[in-house]
Amino acid sequence: MTQVYIVGIGIHPFGRTEERTGLEQGAFAVRAALADAGLEWDRMQFAFGGSDAAGKADTLVTELGLTTLPFINVLNGCATGGAALFGAYSAIKSGEFDLGVAMGFDKHPRGAFASRPEDWGLPAWYGEAGMMITTQFFAMKLQRYMKLHGISEMTLARVAEKAYRNGAHAEHAWRRSPVDVETILNSQMVNDPLTKFMFCSPSEGGVALILASETKARELGRTNVRLRAVAVRSRPAGSFEVFSPTLELERGPAPTVIASRAVFEMAGLGPEDIDVAQLQDTDSGAEIMHMAENGFCADGEQERWLAEGRSRLDGQLPINTDGGCLACGEPIGASGLRQVYENVVQLRGAGGARQVPRRVRAAYSHVYGAPGVSAAVILVC
Amino acid sequence: MLAVVNERPIAADLFTLAPDLRLIGGRNRQSGRIVFPLPSDRESFERVELPHRGPLWSYTVQRFEPKSPPYFGEKPFQPFAVGYIELPGALIVESRLIDVRFDELHIGMPMELTTFALRSDEHGAALMFAFRPQAGNRP
Repeated sequence: MTQVYIVGIGIHPFGRTEERTGLEQGAFAVRAALADAGLEWDRMQFAFGGSDAAGKADTLVTELGLTTLPFINVLNGCATGGAALFGAYSAIKSGEFDLGVAMGFDKHPRGAFASRPEDWGLPAWYGEAGMMITTQFFAMKLQRYMKLHGISEMTLARVAEKAYRNGAHAEHAWRRSPVDVETILNSQMVNDPLTKFMFCSPSEGGVALILASETKARELGRTNVRLRAVAVRSRPAGSFEVFSPTLELERGPAPTVIASRAVFEMAGLGPEDIDVAQLQDTDSGAEIMHMAENGFCADGEQERWLAEGRSRLDGQLPINTDGGCLACGEPIGASGLRQVYENVVQLRGAGGARQVPRRVRAAYSHVYGAPGVSAAVILVC
Repeated sequence: MLAVVNERPIAADLFTLAPDLRLIGGRNRQSGRIVFPLPSDRESFERVELPHRGPLWSYTVQRFEPKSPPYFGEKPFQPFAVGYIELPGALIVESRLIDVRFDELHIGMPMELTTFALRSDEHGAALMFAFRPQAGNRP
């Protein structure tokens, strides 16, 4: 089987762009990725792409060119980008194709996501009573985790402070001003213990990656970033997911634990080999819990990690170097690919003021989405 | 709390009001697994009443007004508590929490089943199940 390389990356800035539709932001990202790779659209043999709320990705052929390529739509909640990448990676690894695109974009209305009980197979009363709210789930998973593992509110604030500090140095980020811990702790409470500045907001943006086989990457002179492993996993029995009117007494691991173990095994690497990580940070607490779920620390160690700055840009494992979802906002279809984009930037040493100071040889990314899907990706150079 | 004439449960087969207030779950006839609410497939699930007391498993406070639809609660909006309650031998159930001060909520707090009027109009009130601190722990 061939190795898979990332030979081009493109991003449409995240945040709010009133004058462009989500599809236009997706097309912008694809053109930027093609330009980065020095390629034209008609060289692409396939595409995997998706958006949650901004239209059908495959209609982009109208905009990009009617080359008759297969364009597969992907829809996996916040893990859409990870799933698109998994599709593109598998297509090349199989030997069937040697050059293609993984892309995602989105554009959401302001405010928390609204969901309909009937779309999720849930009774109407669950929504009527005000329990069908994604932010409640994040808060309740976190509340219990904090109690069991001794995580303080200050640690939650430190995660957000780090995000906004890193985001200030990322051209594609939405929130580009630092925010201090007092402001974060004293901002409006949304769902206890999470305040407004500890939550990401739905936003807009697009990302595209050009993937190539080893032969093609050599032809292009672009063998510096290799996709070492991609794993996507759905939830096992007993995991705690969004929109759950009940949970089983016998608790099980999160889907992230399963995806993370799988990707490390495929890569033949361990958490200690990773130089930079992008972890799903829907809220400050999600980053905290995902540090442990992905194997980077034991439950409860995050308290010391954050106090000592170990996940800052100059720490032992920099996490969410572009500010993550907290600073970039969350366009659902694009978020997972933004993490991979950022890891490519770090591996190329092109991060400017947010570049991790030590040499980056292995980079990890992780997305998590409803109703319990995780995707983990390891890049190496 | 017993129903008065113009109060009715928000959904059928969700809870009983008499002789005792109980949530209605289903027991899988093959695996014995308990689920809630009771599925319509009665060939696979038999109706069971769930334990009405248990410790608080986790909680939060809903500080902003949820989008409508699907939310259909009393106006004007007031922040409310939600949580999961561990029902011994059955499952962990998500519920609104009432009759409790937000700053007194804690994991392990002993809770019991109750009901409240989620909304009311000229035709009556829609009763929703909820949990509140067990007697002695209420404000």
